[in-house]
Amino acid sequence: MSGVIPLSWSLALSATLFVIGVVGVLVRRNALVIFMSIELMLNAANLAFVAFGRSLQSLDGQIFVFFVMTVAAAEVAVGLAIIVNLFRLRETVFVDEVNLLKG
Amino acid sequence: MTLPLISLIPALPLAAVALHLLLGDRLGKRGTALLACGAVGAAFLLALRAVFALAARPEADRTLVEIVTTWMRAGDFSVDISFLLDPLSAVMILVVTGVGFLIHVYSIGYMAHDASFRRFFLYLNLFMFAMLTLVLADNFLLMFVGWEGVGLCSYLLIGFWYERPSAAQAGKKAFVVNRIGDFGFLLGMLTLFAFGGTLNFTRLFAVAPHVFAAGGTVITIATLLLFLGATGKSAQIPLYVWLPDAMEGPTPVSALIHAATMVTAGVYMVARCHVLFRLAPVSLEVVAVVGAATALFAATIGLAQNDIKRVLAYSTVSQLGYMFMACGVGAFSAGIFHLMTHSFFKALLFLGAGSVIHALSNEQDLRRMGALSSRLPWTHGTMLVATLAITGLPPLAGFFSKDEILSSAFASGHFGVWLVGVAGAVITAFYMFRLYILCFRGSSRLTHEAEQHLHESRPSMIAPLVVLAVLSAVGGWVGMPFQAGGHAFERWLRPVFEGGPAFAPARELSHGTEWALVAVSVTAGVIGILTALRLYLQSPQTATSLASRYASLRTLLVNKYWIDELLDAAVVRPFGAFSGWLWRFWDVVIVDGTVNAVGYALEGASAVLRLFQTGFVGTYALFLALGVAAMLLHFLRHG
Repeated sequence: MSGVIPLSWSLALSATLFVIGVVGVLVRRNALVIFMSIELMLNAANLAFVAFGRSLQSLDGQIFVFFVMTVAAAEVAVGLAIIVNLFRLRETVFVDEVNLLKG
Repeated sequence: MTLPLISLIPALPLAAVALHLLLGDRLGKRGTALLACGAVGAAFLLALRAVFALAARPEADRTLVEIVTTWMRAGDFSVDISFLLDPLSAVMILVVTGVGFLIHVYSIGYMAHDASFRRFFLYLNLFMFAMLTLVLADNFLLMFVGWEGVGLCSYLLIGFWYERPSAAQAGKKAFVVNRIGDFGFLLGMLTLFAFGGTLNFTRLFAVAPHVFAAGGTVITIATLLLFLGATGKSAQIPLYVWLPDAMEGPTPVSALIHAATMVTAGVYMVARCHVLFRLAPVSLEVVAVVGAATALFAATIGLAQNDIKRVLAYSTVSQLGYMFMACGVGAFSAGIFHLMTHSFFKALLFLGAGSVIHALSNEQDLRRMGALSSRLPWTHGTMLVATLAITGLPPLAGFFSKDEILSSAFASGHFGVWLVGVAGAVITAFYMFRLYILCFRGSSRLTHEAEQHLHESRPSMIAPLVVLAVLSAVGGWVGMPFQAGGHAFERWLRPVFEGGPAFAPARELSHGTEWALVAVSVTAGVIGILTALRLYLQSPQTATSLASRYASLRTLLVNKYWIDELLDAAVVRPFGAFSGWLWRFWDVVIVDGTVNAVGYALEGASAVLRLFQTGFVGTYALFLALGVAAMLLHFLRHG
């Protein structure tokens, strides 16, 4: 079956995207960018689901992706609301300036 | 006919206590006094009615039990709140409510000027409740409730004037010493339960002869422990030391609690448990010897005391010794007889002393009294009756009971005990007449101030004195000796003391011997009286010269054999030091140290952990990522 992308390639792409997302969350200060990085990780996971679903000839992977996308949409709504409120309160979206939880 | 309501007798004073607490000072002094005396008076009338109902029953059937409710039940262990009225408790409730009522009435006058009038009557009523519970209880546990209750009231009333350090101290001493005795009582009770399986008097006494081997170790230990409780409550050697100090309380309290009723609880308890004591001859011997020793020992201390109330206190200890002596030689009814007559004349002596103290503006020292007979005629007359009664001169009450005790001791073959008792009687007569002469005869040694305010007490205080004087005079006639089949008092108590295991009956004394014994005890009293008259009235210089000749003996007696100092050095101080060590080492170092160490350890660990809580979400995410990476690595390697 030529023209079919091997599973390992898809997984490698997924892992790369995921690590980019992780590093983005860890190193960026802007809450919006961190948020985008989280989306990146979610989509990396989606990619892995789809790839496995296809490789195993099962629909489960596709269905999981729908769920993840739904949850991600909800999460974006909540997360953006938090960020907007944070900005109203502190006039900043840089997370290192928000350390009220320090013990 | 309907059964008399026994439970109402203790319930009335309790209801009065509740009313005192609920209504407070709204009652006013008059209302408070009326409530307190009314409750006790009504209890006395109820007690009379109950006793008449009891007497109307056939002799074999004179036991009434009223079960109020089940107190506790666990498995086959159950204790009821129930009251037992038999000839023995009948005597006790009559004495307690009767003498108690008179003392309540007397207290109205005595405490009239006290700021804590209401508190005083509240405590007195509470005491009446506890005492009646004690004597009416039909099981050990309920009796113990009353036992502890009277101890509490005794503590509260000794320390009634708590702003005086000596009173507070005396209350504490009474409480602590009584705790030692109570501990013995509790252990004895538990031993009996462990072997007998019940705490109910009737059931326990019924099974006792089958469960306990006569003269066996268990019953001997149990009864000795019970007797330890009795020595605490009834101020016998070795636990008598609290009673003389208890005189710090108001005088009516001394009369009610520390002469007439509470201190006799030990005698009552021993008499109530006569079945058990008869199974343990060794314990009975101990009771007799301790009683005799206390009777003599306390009497000698009474010789040299100058505080009028302290003389009476030692006299009480001594007379309680006579009661135990009677129980110890198996003459329980004689012991209860003396308990009754003693409560009449000793309550009278204390109330009379209170009247004197009241008249002399709180002077208690015999050396600053004298020649009061004409100034306080009523007090003097009644006191003289009581003094003669305690001395044991016929036909006054003390003669009959004391003579019966002495002849019982003689008849049972306890000649040593008898001899000690006779010696005690001589000394009793002597110190009582010394008190009487120093107080009422001779020359006046009053301070100028006391002389100014000298007055006879008001009628409400004199009336109880007169009633008690009549009782002290004729109260012994129910125990007229030389009657075929025993005298009335003995016949009344016989159904109680007859039951139980066979007991070697005392030898029947011939009439000649009985008369001789009577002659001996009367002579003993007369010798004491004459000596006192000679030494203190006719030639006081002889007394002084005797005192200086035997100065060391006198010092010994004045200082009460240094028993208090000895106990202080041998028990109180070492115990205090031990407690101090427990405090400074065990409590502060070990207990507090452990708790603090836990605190410090948590604090230290937290100080390290808080370094990880930076407040930056990034840091937390980093830890999370590192953790996930570590897990992945682990699974990759070993998975």
